Amino acid sequence: MVVPTMADMMAQGKQPEILFWVGAAGSYDDRAKKISRAFVKILHQAKVDFAVLGTEESSTGDAAKRSGNEFLFQMQAMMNIEVLNGYEIKKIVTCDPHSFNTLKNEYPSLGGKYEVLHHTQFLQKLIADGRLKIDDKNLQGKRVTFHDPCYLGRANEVYESPRDLIRRLGVNLTEMKRHKRTALCCGAGGAQMFKDAEAGDKEVNVLRTEDALETKPDIIATGCPYCNTMMTDGIKFKEKEDSVIVKDIAELIAQANNL
Amino acid sequence: MIQFVPNILFAIALIAGVGFFVRNIKKLTRNINLGKDVNRADNKPIRLKNMLKIALGQYKMVRRPLSGILHVIVYVGFIIINIEVLEIIVDGLLGTHRVFQGFLGDAFYGFLIGTFEILAALVFITVVIFWTRRNVANIKRFLSKEMEGWPKKDGNLILYFEMVLMTLFIVMNATDLPFQQAGVGNPISQFLAPMFSDFSAESLHLVERAAWWIHILGILVFLNYLYYSKHLHILLAFPNTYFANLNPKGQFNNLESVTKEVKLMMDPNADPYANPEPGTEEEVPEKFGASEVTDLNWVQLMNAYTCAECGRCTSACPANLTGKKLSPRKIMMDTRDRLEEVGRNIDANNGTFKDDGKQLLNDYISPEELWACTSCNACVEECPVSIDPLSIIMDMRRYLVMEQSAAPQELNAMMSNIENNGAPWQYNQQDRLNWVNEE
Repeated sequence: MVVPTMADMMAQGKQPEILFWVGAAGSYDDRAKKISRAFVKILHQAKVDFAVLGTEESSTGDAAKRSGNEFLFQMQAMMNIEVLNGYEIKKIVTCDPHSFNTLKNEYPSLGGKYEVLHHTQFLQKLIADGRLKIDDKNLQGKRVTFHDPCYLGRANEVYESPRDLIRRLGVNLTEMKRHKRTALCCGAGGAQMFKDAEAGDKEVNVLRTEDALETKPDIIATGCPYCNTMMTDGIKFKEKEDSVIVKDIAELIAQANNL
Repeated sequence: MIQFVPNILFAIALIAGVGFFVRNIKKLTRNINLGKDVNRADNKPIRLKNMLKIALGQYKMVRRPLSGILHVIVYVGFIIINIEVLEIIVDGLLGTHRVFQGFLGDAFYGFLIGTFEILAALVFITVVIFWTRRNVANIKRFLSKEMEGWPKKDGNLILYFEMVLMTLFIVMNATDLPFQQAGVGNPISQFLAPMFSDFSAESLHLVERAAWWIHILGILVFLNYLYYSKHLHILLAFPNTYFANLNPKGQFNNLESVTKEVKLMMDPNADPYANPEPGTEEEVPEKFGASEVTDLNWVQLMNAYTCAECGRCTSACPANLTGKKLSPRKIMMDTRDRLEEVGRNIDANNGTFKDDGKQLLNDYISPEELWACTSCNACVEECPVSIDPLSIIMDMRRYLVMEQSAAPQELNAMMSNIENNGAPWQYNQQDRLNWVNEE
């Protein structure tokens, strides 16, 4: 798989159309790496000129900020901004709503001003521009429910891009009772991903998985690597891994297009 | 002279009622201004639109149709019936009776009072439904722990107030003999009038006067009850929706005090031991985050006074739904309670706060509550009057982490990973591109 870095690009005197911000999960987490690869396959199919920062990419600082560590967040932000501005980056696309939110909303006042898109927004644009087509036969008839990531949905009011892509797969999109602005969190946000939950009577991801299972889905679609982990764990907890799978929308598109 | 006694008594009651209310409003604004400054003077047209849509237009209330529509009935009733209070005040001061009837004409006056009567009856019925929801119907958000004691009593007291005021208004009309004889504008009170049919003209007048007086005195008492009650939202919903955050909900503010220090740290030419330039004051390092109400900004404090304790936030909170201690409504109630305590302390100590060994953190809000938050914004999205409990939670986490290094162990590990290798997990930065070749 060819994934050029910004350093390569610079050496050749080229400026890519987009920077793919992979994020920590997309780079290191085994499940999320599959999402990164699926997205890259789609980029190649649509002949998008892209690059990644590779070893020059570092945590956006989102998890540090939500933990309350503003120092660490701003250190990370300023380091990243130095790199991004050094490469004269204009447009960033990421599969991680947390990176999306932080880069889009929290970097500008620190000197990092870019056009930032979630991968579902970017893919929607590729389709609108006629650069990408989704085959609606491979997944036809599957029951799909979409779990809104908090940092894509409520945080930035992106509700339609992922749904538009799902509909194009030729599948049967069924909404959970809590969806869009009333969607329930998967339990990972606010740095909860990295700690045990406080004492309670249930895990948040189990409650959310129950929401999803009520729709009797074949596939739970997500647009966030952390939601993906939480929902996958929820499905395992409910012992439904034989009948229900959790997939990122990029993975579903790659599958539909036989990539 | 003696015939002016009622007018004088009325004027005294009115001045006392309004005067005490103004005094409380001053206290309220003083307390809100104990908060830090935050600029919300921008985007005036958008702010005005939000206020009209969310506060006046009840846009977010009706997202939950049942309670929302019921609330609209009480709200519309409250606003429209209050036109009648204007007439009552003029009558009370001048010693007139139904002074508007003269220059509005019988037909239009009758139409107005008739509308008020119908609304009063609707409000009464709705308030009874509200009472049932709070006390009989087992609705989870009214039964949370933070609603025990005064908050529950407060909620019911408001409903009793409204029931009594509406009843008095109808009784006042029902016992007004000339008004009933005219037969215009009494669609509800005509059914109550027969109850008084064997009253003499004098006792009927006595009942009418009693109802009139208790009604207006009740309104003045209710006005002054607001400051002590969650019912303050009927006033503060307007400024609160106007001054609410306009940025995307996911955007948390970047602390400027931190930016200064981080820039200094990252500037290779900066001399951390340099003396401050002559003429500039040695800056007292700002406290990071919030452990006390006075560390919050004035909008957050106004949020606390605006909260009507409806609990929509808590009923949507993933942490609360899964049995954790966190309740966004409690965060707001605690903030108000502590702010009131600080305000009373200042009043008792001639205008300066005297350390009482307490603060918002720990004495009111525990770290366990703060760390249960997923920052999902469900509470912010739900609030019908644009309160932002999440911003308070985040400011308090900032204090815990930056002033006390008191994050949960796992988060400390995550943060040191970010510091050391640029990712929340312990992976080598040089392996960041390995995903490309794994399949």
